[in-house]
Amino acid sequence: MALQSLDITRRSASPTASPQARKTIEIAKLIDVSTCIGCKACQVACSEWNDIREEVGHNIGVYDNPTDLSADAWTVMRFAEEESNGKLEWLIRKDGCMHCADPGCLKACPSPGAIIQYSNGIVDFHQENCIGCGYCISGCPFNVPRISQQDNKAYKCTMCSDRVAVGMEPACVKTCPTGAIQFGSKEDMKQLAASRVADLKTRGYAGAGLYDPQGVGGTHVMYVLHHADKPQQYSGLPKDPQISPAVQLWKGWLKPLATVGIAAAGLFGFFHYITVGPNHADDEEDDTAANVGRKEKQEDKA
Amino acid sequence: MEVNRRQFFKLSAAQIGTASLVGMGFSPSQALAEVRQYKLMGARETRNTCTYCSVGCGVILYSLGDGARNAKSEIFHIEGDPDHPVSRGSLCPKGAGLLDFIHSPKRLQYPEVREAGSSEWKRIGWHDAIHRIARHMKADRDANIVATNADGVPVNRWLTTAMLTASAGSNETGIITQKFLRSLGIIATDAQARVCHGPTVSALASTFGRGAMTNSWVDIKNADFILVMGGNAAEAHPVGFKWAIEAKKTRGSKLMVVDPRYNRTAAVSDLYLPIRAGADIPFLGGVINWLIANDKIHWDYVKAYTNASFIVGDGFAFEDGLFSGYDEAKDKYDHSSWTYALDEAGNARTDPTLQHPRCVWQLMKAHFARYTPEVVTNLCGTPVDGFLEVCKQLGETARPDKVGTILYALGWTQHTVGAQNIRTMAIIQLLLGNMGMPGGGVNALRGHSNIQGLSDLGLLSTSLPGYLTLPNEKDHPDFASYLAKTTPKPLQPGQMNYWGNTPKFFVSLMKWLWGDNARQDNDWGYHWLPKWDKLYDVLHIVELMHQGKMNGFIVQGFNPLASFPDANKVTESFSKLKYMVIIDPIATETSTFWQNHGDSHDVDPARIQTEVFRLPSTCFAEEDGAIVNSSRWLQWHWKGADAPGEAKGDNEIIGELFTALREQYRKEGGKVAEPILNVAWNYRDPAAPSPEELAKEMNGKALADLPDPKEPGKFLARKGEQIPGFAALQDDGSTASACWIFAGCWTQAGNQMARRDNSDTGLGNTPGWAWAWPANRRILYNRASCDPAGQPWDAKRKLIGWNGEKWAGADIPDFKADAGPDSGMNPFIMNPEGVARLFCTDKLADGPFPEHYEPMESPIGTNPLHPKVVSSPAVRIFNTDRERLGTHHDYPYVGTTYRLTEHFQFWTKSVLLNAIAQPEQFVEIGEALAREKGIVQGDTVKVSSKRGFIKAKAVVTKRLMALKVNGQTVHQIGIPLHWGWEGVAQKGYLTNSLPPAVGDCNTQTPEYKSFLVNLEKA
Repeated sequence: MALQSLDITRRSASPTASPQARKTIEIAKLIDVSTCIGCKACQVACSEWNDIREEVGHNIGVYDNPTDLSADAWTVMRFAEEESNGKLEWLIRKDGCMHCADPGCLKACPSPGAIIQYSNGIVDFHQENCIGCGYCISGCPFNVPRISQQDNKAYKCTMCSDRVAVGMEPACVKTCPTGAIQFGSKEDMKQLAASRVADLKTRGYAGAGLYDPQGVGGTHVMYVLHHADKPQQYSGLPKDPQISPAVQLWKGWLKPLATVGIAAAGLFGFFHYITVGPNHADDEEDDTAANVGRKEKQEDKA
Repeated sequence: MEVNRRQFFKLSAAQIGTASLVGMGFSPSQALAEVRQYKLMGARETRNTCTYCSVGCGVILYSLGDGARNAKSEIFHIEGDPDHPVSRGSLCPKGAGLLDFIHSPKRLQYPEVREAGSSEWKRIGWHDAIHRIARHMKADRDANIVATNADGVPVNRWLTTAMLTASAGSNETGIITQKFLRSLGIIATDAQARVCHGPTVSALASTFGRGAMTNSWVDIKNADFILVMGGNAAEAHPVGFKWAIEAKKTRGSKLMVVDPRYNRTAAVSDLYLPIRAGADIPFLGGVINWLIANDKIHWDYVKAYTNASFIVGDGFAFEDGLFSGYDEAKDKYDHSSWTYALDEAGNARTDPTLQHPRCVWQLMKAHFARYTPEVVTNLCGTPVDGFLEVCKQLGETARPDKVGTILYALGWTQHTVGAQNIRTMAIIQLLLGNMGMPGGGVNALRGHSNIQGLSDLGLLSTSLPGYLTLPNEKDHPDFASYLAKTTPKPLQPGQMNYWGNTPKFFVSLMKWLWGDNARQDNDWGYHWLPKWDKLYDVLHIVELMHQGKMNGFIVQGFNPLASFPDANKVTESFSKLKYMVIIDPIATETSTFWQNHGDSHDVDPARIQTEVFRLPSTCFAEEDGAIVNSSRWLQWHWKGADAPGEAKGDNEIIGELFTALREQYRKEGGKVAEPILNVAWNYRDPAAPSPEELAKEMNGKALADLPDPKEPGKFLARKGEQIPGFAALQDDGSTASACWIFAGCWTQAGNQMARRDNSDTGLGNTPGWAWAWPANRRILYNRASCDPAGQPWDAKRKLIGWNGEKWAGADIPDFKADAGPDSGMNPFIMNPEGVARLFCTDKLADGPFPEHYEPMESPIGTNPLHPKVVSSPAVRIFNTDRERLGTHHDYPYVGTTYRLTEHFQFWTKSVLLNAIAQPEQFVEIGEALAREKGIVQGDTVKVSSKRGFIKAKAVVTKRLMALKVNGQTVHQIGIPLHWGWEGVAQKGYLTNSLPPAVGDCNTQTPEYKSFLVNLEKA
């Protein structure tokens, strides 16, 4: 059995609760958009550390490349030219997993142990358990996970859980030339954000603020925005992100029903097992689910 | 998300399906959730320095194997070195992608030759390659070297083979290449500095005494106001720019950007102002005028530390756009009237009241009075209120306790008035008293990782190491005249006048070059040096090739076809060569200039008779050595792995080439063989001089015991020892040093460049980290951070101070340590005046004061300040290039070229991670112009100049604004330069087929930043 290096808070579709006794530091990544120069060092460092390479794409008339998140591009810079108060601004946002406290992906995931939330706040995908159904995409209010065309599994930013597990900062944080990406305890990051917001207010950004949306229980990737009142300006950052109704539905009244289902299935399975033989996963069902994921990905690209 | 019935069932079915599996005990969660294992646990770590830009970030190479002999080292990860005082673990997108450079599929693996007329490469062995090249070189040299000139002066000039040297190579490669070049008599040579920061050296040296960035990267955090103009620090030097952001965050400093484009630096600025490319002098001249008119002058500083009070000779004048001494027939200036009035003792006359009508202050005031805010707006297209805001912010720093800095780069250098752009800002910083101050200075952000080092080592046509000049045949026909003309006399009493030591530097250099063969009785081998008649800069070299006067071209770590202006002319020129030698880690367009690449490079290989050799070299990660960052830090780096295939180190390639040539001269004789046979090439392995040997040579050693003049019985150094610093150098042949300014880098105490103590001694100074020239001083002219009485101008910014006995503090004093405030010695110790020059006398070719001249291709076709003198009268342009200039009638838009942060020059298109981040060539077009032309986002467009065209994707943006200039609308088109046909990115056109082959008046750095183009939908 592998060494367990981070404590788990919850796992997708798992019947047993994870141990909760240990209390670890809640971590966060703070992205200060007001000091981000959009250099893409974070993108490159991410791909380098995680051994992924997106295909060489094309210029589509903007600075954004790769043009979208993918299984091989877990963070991308999104550039928006906006005018406010007659002043041109180039708002550059590092997009990627927000590591929600209440992760829609995990809630939607039907495959046990494919999505893990660690007690430090990191939400991680475990591809070996992923069935490629794409529900995590539907469950994500930020449209982050992507299914790989190569292995039909979902990928996204891991917050460099392998680095954080040994006490290091994520690769993007370390590399950030201007220090626009910071990493530490969520508490410290909030304090840091407050000082940045205060500085921005002295520079005339009355709407400056921290983006730590409560609709998903807060996030472990937070933004300092010059215009926290208008997050949509930053290439469509949602103003009040919520987990999709389908997932809420599932977690709401469907889950007790499912528990009954599990028990029933268990019983049925038991009798089925002793009367007929071992059960098998429904291949067809998996395929259908995977196709949904692929289709959604293509729609995203279009 | 809406949930329909089908989705609901699918969701439920999948959940129930998998849940039942769990219930059945098939739960995959038994393979417990586990993070990916940390992959660096046992990897070997090697310290190195990023090879791209001159921030000089520390990197750690992680390689397979723990160094055991049986394990083949392979670098599998690179990240920032958190101990590095500048980068502190950060790397920009290029540094973060270094791994894919080392392992690029475009790395060269073995020597190859492309035979004349052939359309393919052929693999050959190293021995064959070296001997065939040496044969070509000797044949050409023997046939064409000029032994003496018409006056009988030995000139040893070999003009028919040119060589380019690599600014990403180490100092050690640089210095051995210098020895190689000069012993052969090559003076048609340049490093990337020529196409980059040449004007910086001219401008800063002519003002302050040294031609380098004055402060350091970390010191930017001490600035109260940061102006970024003539550069785009966030884009080109992201990690150094960290310290500008630090100033904003911790001091609340304001950051303002003046640039033709709203760029990445502007994205984090407090104010952005547009400006027409090529109109920097009006803007900055306007600032000078405003500061004087509004009395925002640091008077005590200006009076004590500048030449404001110096009286200018009667002959100097400026009228209708021309300085005195212009000879229309020769199209040239005679500079003799651009001098001070001297007294009987040879000192410059002064008027400390600044009232004398001929004093520098009064002349300067009158000169810039023409640059009113209206003139600024009219010429620059910059809104007047924004211009005044910048004036106001700068003006605030005239107070002794407020300091402002300027970060600039090639946006100022790459103009016909490049040096004068920088001079104008240098004047501003002097008026404000910001020179020598922590948080101040004129900060030239240099380009390549070792372009500072290659400049320091004199790898330019007419230079020698340590900013000594290569002898000129007319000015310096013999040793005595050389010393007489290059050793200045003080222009004020009591000044240090450090160049007064030139004989010590030069004789020590000769002892390094010729060893025991340099003796007093042969003038230390003076006549073996080549002597120049003209500057053979890259534009001149290409012109000579174009005229068919060049036969050979050796290209070390340079991609001239992509980086020289007017690429189509360059292609024609290369096609006339007999042989070309490429030494490079990766495939360059230059090496395949004979290949047809369709529309983007339409040549017929069969008609190109050039024999091309391509030799694979190591890259930074595969060699030891030092490189010099922009702050003059010499940082040692270590090898992390072997090079791929048969690649060899640059030192070894030069060593093998030289020893092969020398063997031929020994056996067969040949023309002007003495310098080749007499040069000191006494390395352990002459075919592969080691980095350690070469580094020690740059520091220098004692050839005899050197008695300490202050303490009898003691010695500065004993015979054979490394000297402690340049103060120990002698002019009697008892010391040898390859580069006097590097003396102190490898002393008896060992390799100072490898030091890694990052302790902060105050204000971000880390004197224990690496080693900085000169003498480990980190902030140049730091004596000027104190008032004449020796007290810091700003007590909170105490860098050094006079403690009653000597100067001491957080930094090493850039001054005579024991010269007290009453000595009368002034801070600018390299200048014979002791002070900095507002009026730079005859040091520059185009005038002692900056003046606005239009680019050679002007969008307004006139110069409203003096319509009779539109462009600079001191421009040198060859006739073939003049014919290739366009006018604004045919080419109505201003083209300006630049780098993107995702790429480094023409290099990272071969690096997959960077190709992913910015895959395809594009140009930036303002929305108004795009509308006019019917161009939308992502269209393919054709941009053409009189000289060529490119096709690229259109990025239509609000960030380029149409400007009103002299009553007309001027549109500017932004043209990133990174593409070509070699690499892993999408193939593209050579951007430099657009700009003209004309350069800065002083240094011939090409005018890439402002030229005329047309635009159409392709």
